[in-house]
Amino acid sequence: MPAEPPVESPTTLVDAYRLLMEPGPAWRPVAGGTDLLVQITGDLGPPPDRVLNIWGLDEMRGITLDGDELVIGALTTYTDLRASALVGELLPALVAAAATIGAAQIQNRGTVGGNLVNASPAGDTLPIWLATDTVIVLGSAAGERTVAANEFFPAYRQTARRDDELVLRVRVPLLPRRHVRFRKVGTRRAQAISKVVLALSWLTGDDGTWNDTRLALGSVAATPVRSAATEAALDGRQPIRATADAAAAALSADIQPIDDVRSTADYRRLVAGRVLRRLLRDEGGW
Amino acid sequence: MTYRLTVNGVSAEVEAPGMRRLLDVLREDLGLTGTKEGCGEGECGACSVLLNGAVVDACLVPLCQAAGADVQTVEALDREGALNPLQAAFLETGGAQCGICTPGMLMAGEAFLATGAEPTEVAIREAIAGNLCRCTGYTKIIDAIVLAAERRAAAAAPDGQA
Repeated sequence: MPAEPPVESPTTLVDAYRLLMEPGPAWRPVAGGTDLLVQITGDLGPPPDRVLNIWGLDEMRGITLDGDELVIGALTTYTDLRASALVGELLPALVAAAATIGAAQIQNRGTVGGNLVNASPAGDTLPIWLATDTVIVLGSAAGERTVAANEFFPAYRQTARRDDELVLRVRVPLLPRRHVRFRKVGTRRAQAISKVVLALSWLTGDDGTWNDTRLALGSVAATPVRSAATEAALDGRQPIRATADAAAAALSADIQPIDDVRSTADYRRLVAGRVLRRLLRDEGGW
Repeated sequence: MTYRLTVNGVSAEVEAPGMRRLLDVLREDLGLTGTKEGCGEGECGACSVLLNGAVVDACLVPLCQAAGADVQTVEALDREGALNPLQAAFLETGGAQCGICTPGMLMAGEAFLATGAEPTEVAIREAIAGNLCRCTGYTKIIDAIVLAAERRAAAAAPDGQA
């Protein structure tokens, strides 16, 4: 049987924060367990010294509209996202992303906060946060603070979260005339870890031009990344064939993916450009 | 530590570490070996059980998160030795070959039937997308779930009309 590290199960945030302040090795929070329960086998590295079970912290659940922000609790599961009328109306790209993650068994357990803190470069929700200027809210005994999604992943599998903090929720700014799209390429439709995953957002101008474009990608670098070169190729332009060709070329030149067990660098570079080109074709209707 | 949960309608007390996998609790502590371990990492669905009615991989749920919950395993399906409708349908359509995926397929199928959704092939394929059959006998598994859904609908319809 796998390692069975000690675990505490606080039922309030106050109790959780107090435990996180205790001296000793760092706690590993466990939400739905879909990543951590694989990691405790020890096959992927040393198992955690101790685990903080945060599944009972109902303060971290719920999806609400707060002014012009969509606020999503960290313990929101992919099933919750798919079932949410609010998310379906205001951020359907997130529903699309949730539907591609694992299958029912994973979607019933995996969470928004877990996907963030696990910090896999292939995390399927992560490009959505980067492309929408989402803000991540962290909490500790010292209070709450916010970190922009774009600054949350400083290096491979690392986050801006301190050991005494929990990710509580995300705040997604909602902008009029903004569109967000999600695309994923995996070996098959379900149960596949991305070879390339991307989210694209833009504001549509009166003349059909795109502005304030954000293109964020997973599985093409050590962290989720935005492609400034591609955004520059899209801003101020309409989604016509020439724009798509230029943007796809810019993207393929801009990213530095690696060869690994799931795909090759060459394929990722090629398919990222193709997926972006096809997305623009869908939007431009050509 | 002692954890209490309900397994197949029966209250159970388990003295075990909180990070023990529900899969190991079921098989080792409670002797319910109908739930199978395939991959142990949430890829294959062989260990699918219902946790408060939702299908989950028992290899990815720590005992501490099953505390107080209602767990249903494949052992819950038959009633006094009689197969339940989905099990009977698997038998009739040839939905089981080697059998290792069958308990998980049955639980994913039960979760689908419980939604009351239209039993289209697309919907069923999505419902069992987290369950691998390495005999690749998917067609007859899908047939079985369709058959069970149709019989359920027929039984619920007035005058037996589907």
